[in-house]
Amino acid sequence: MRYLPLTPEDRVEMLGAIGVKSIDDLFVDVPASAQRSGTVDLPLHAGEIEVEREMAGLARRNRSAGEGPFFCGAGAYRHHVPATVDHIIQRSEFLTSYTPYQPEIAQGTLQVLFEFQSQVAALTGMEVANASLYDGSTGAAEAVMMAHRITRRTKAVMSGGVHPHYVETIETLAHAAGVATEALPAAIDAEDAVIAAIDADTACVVVQTPNVFGTVTDVTKIAEAAQAAGALLIVVTTEAVSYGLLKSPGEMGADIAVAEGQSIGNGLNFGGPYVGLFACKEKFVRQMPGRLCGETVDADGKRGFVLTLSTREQHIRRDKATSNICTNSGLCALAFSIHMSLLGETGLRQLAALNHQKALALRDALKAVPGVEILTPRFFNEFAIRLPKNAADVVETLANNGVIAGVPFSRLDAGAGLDDVLLVAATETTLDIDMTFFVKILTKAVAQ
Amino acid sequence: MSMNNVGRPTRPETANDAARGHETLTGNRGLLQNEALIFERDGWNKTGVDLPEAAAPSSDLAGLLRAEPIGLPGLSEPEAVRHYVRLSQKNHAIDLALYPLGSCTMKHNPRLNEKMARLPGFSDIHPLQPESTVQGALQLMDRLAHWLKTLTGMPAVALSPKAGAHGEMCGMLAIRAAHEANGQGHRKTVLAPTSAHGTNPATAAFVGYTVVEIAQTEDGRVDMADLESKLGDHVAAIMVTNPNTCGLFERDVVEIARLTHAVGAYFYCDGANFNAIVGRVRPGDLGVDAMHINLHKTFSTPHGGGGPGAGPVVLSEALAPFAPTPWLVHDDNGFSLVEHAGEAGAETAFGRMSAFHGQMGMYVRAYAYMLSHGADGLRQVAEDAVLNANYVKARLKDVMSPAFPDGPCMHEALFDDSWLEGTGVTTLDFAKAMIDEGFHPMTMYFPLVVHGAMLIEPTETESKQELDRFIEALRLLAGAAKAGETERFKGAPFHAPLRRLDETLAARKPRLRWKPVAAAPLAAE
Repeated sequence: MRYLPLTPEDRVEMLGAIGVKSIDDLFVDVPASAQRSGTVDLPLHAGEIEVEREMAGLARRNRSAGEGPFFCGAGAYRHHVPATVDHIIQRSEFLTSYTPYQPEIAQGTLQVLFEFQSQVAALTGMEVANASLYDGSTGAAEAVMMAHRITRRTKAVMSGGVHPHYVETIETLAHAAGVATEALPAAIDAEDAVIAAIDADTACVVVQTPNVFGTVTDVTKIAEAAQAAGALLIVVTTEAVSYGLLKSPGEMGADIAVAEGQSIGNGLNFGGPYVGLFACKEKFVRQMPGRLCGETVDADGKRGFVLTLSTREQHIRRDKATSNICTNSGLCALAFSIHMSLLGETGLRQLAALNHQKALALRDALKAVPGVEILTPRFFNEFAIRLPKNAADVVETLANNGVIAGVPFSRLDAGAGLDDVLLVAATETTLDIDMTFFVKILTKAVAQ
Repeated sequence: MSMNNVGRPTRPETANDAARGHETLTGNRGLLQNEALIFERDGWNKTGVDLPEAAAPSSDLAGLLRAEPIGLPGLSEPEAVRHYVRLSQKNHAIDLALYPLGSCTMKHNPRLNEKMARLPGFSDIHPLQPESTVQGALQLMDRLAHWLKTLTGMPAVALSPKAGAHGEMCGMLAIRAAHEANGQGHRKTVLAPTSAHGTNPATAAFVGYTVVEIAQTEDGRVDMADLESKLGDHVAAIMVTNPNTCGLFERDVVEIARLTHAVGAYFYCDGANFNAIVGRVRPGDLGVDAMHINLHKTFSTPHGGGGPGAGPVVLSEALAPFAPTPWLVHDDNGFSLVEHAGEAGAETAFGRMSAFHGQMGMYVRAYAYMLSHGADGLRQVAEDAVLNANYVKARLKDVMSPAFPDGPCMHEALFDDSWLEGTGVTTLDFAKAMIDEGFHPMTMYFPLVVHGAMLIEPTETESKQELDRFIEALRLLAGAAKAGETERFKGAPFHAPLRRLDETLAARKPRLRWKPVAAAPLAAE
């Protein structure tokens, strides 16, 4: 119980100051029938040594990405994070602070959020960005709700290239709010097919680039078609590093850009915590979900930063709020922002080019495997291949041989009839020997 | 002249005049440096990382490549370290001192939890790598679920919600799915007390319900007569926070549950304040159908300047089948996940809350914290949290005005501003003056049901000595306010990195990002 500083003597003295005899006197409002005497049926407290032993035991039963050849992507990417990033986010003043409700003593967090918003706006080519959402998928669902509020229309069209988990997340929230969704069938080069699905009820079109199969698409024409029909274009990106190489959503006419920011500054963490990037055109800012940081001045005229436009938020507008979000991903946004500052424009472009180069090398290596077909026509650092066998089975075989080969598409969408499709990703952390080993084991596995 | 507890004069004029007469030449204050934005440094061609050279992008991407500069500044590694460390020095944090924000539960964050979360076996695993290679992670989720179910007395838990408010949404979606499955889809109303956290009505509205408020009694609880008059077969659920946002236990909670169930509605409990009762009271024994648990509050994961959090939801038998995917299942081959609604075992799941399995990093921290405290320590957590809050209330009740003076409070002490009447000092002024005395203010103007509310949550990780220092500072400030030293309050803070910030200007002329063209400096009008 090393985290509890009160001594038994303190407790007695404090009860005296309160004017009660025992701690039970402070729980008198709890119905006696609901009070439990004694402890619940769980282990008693443990010291640091014991806790470390148990946690390390659980950790050892997992095969971490750094242990060997690793090719998973599909919305979460393994990148190198400079040591500086984790060091700074562990500084007490960032790690153990709360939402900056008292701006005079929270300028550290607030200036970082302002810089983060500026970085995200620049990356996405949009006018304004918020101070982060939980992750890319919930950000995409929030974007659909935002489009519904702006257009007052009741249908969201989603391209067949949108990550199936994002589609499910959007559907969960949209259906609860009475917004219909039309998810087009999964397709590798799918983005243009959405134009035909736009009608007078369409609030928004959701497209993803690079999409879940890795395909990179210029969505300018979709933006034009959506906007001509009075709908908004939402562009989703799950690999933020791709912004370093490819045209931004803003350049292609997006109304709202949403991305998973995990790739920059944040580890894989088995799926979370991640950080949702969310940016839009300035005219929509009052319909934007989540938290915003703005510039202002203090009583002496010095520049400072505060949380602002909070009249959109749950603590003021309650059932009329633009979202119910209270906690966001502040610390993950800080990690993103530090890593982004370390990279700078030069570093990001180089990192993106390197990722692309590694993926091209992987493609060339896999192309040589008999029976393997490359499916994605143009990609950034991830692409789909067709195997002569069930992809999930092949992945399991390769895992037993020390290679984490990628994500079988059936894991994302079991009903798409793409059980022989495997999504593979390469990043700057992928070594040539990883690819060589992958090819060797895969060749054997598909030949058996 | 008033004196502080080390005997130095604390008249505001003294500090103030001295500071004004000696403005620094640079604008820096002592060793606290002004820090330009990263965009204002000469860093457009800089980078702080060394990467191998890469070839020019492939021709497959012609026409899809960025043509224009992005506009991102870069910092070398030493510059980056200094920039962020300097900024960090302008933040208050729980590691520096008491952080008594009511309803936020700012408690000590053990570094052991950080160390555990960074084990590569937890931090460097992919959510979609083969399940056979992540059995330890799945087992940890299973053990966490077991602890949460045991502590709450509930049969099921959905782990995936990413924060408390996300958990509320999960619980309300499960309720909605259950009603629809039972042919009760016509129920469109959700009841919420006026004292509810703002996320409650926001969540209910977001998932398609109409929110009806329930009044509060004079002693800060749900008005049972008002509740009964509003219950009916149009009601889908009631959302109650317990302990509530006035820091009080809802004495009639069992009756609230009974009445709610009698009309066929479900009882959602906002479990944000679970640390007040953990180990002593099981929400399942009170008749709760769904309750989110903020792992970051009750089981201490760092708040990180506003997240990430985690908000698992415990569910009753009636709601368990409607939990969202993914689900954890266990058989002879080990643990696996049911990932999609409609799959065998998840026929009635309402869908997915987010792309992957939730906040694994937070699960690790929370589980390490649970193991450290154990069943005995967690019960002590509740008792110390309640003891500390009642101690603060008892020692301040003669100089400030408790909103609900009769009877004990739970883990938070709530005051109103009636004791400031006639002083010219507002709750906001008082809070800002606390900053000058070295303490983070309490939550102000919340809950809305109390005028000029000041909500203090000390938590269980504060020592008596720290509480005494805090109480002494508040007593001195209260004395100063009543003695007419309004200048001390009106101009505060004088000693923080910045003076009081103009929040109205920020909202009226929103400037939400750095812009490349030099804009005129913002000025208050």
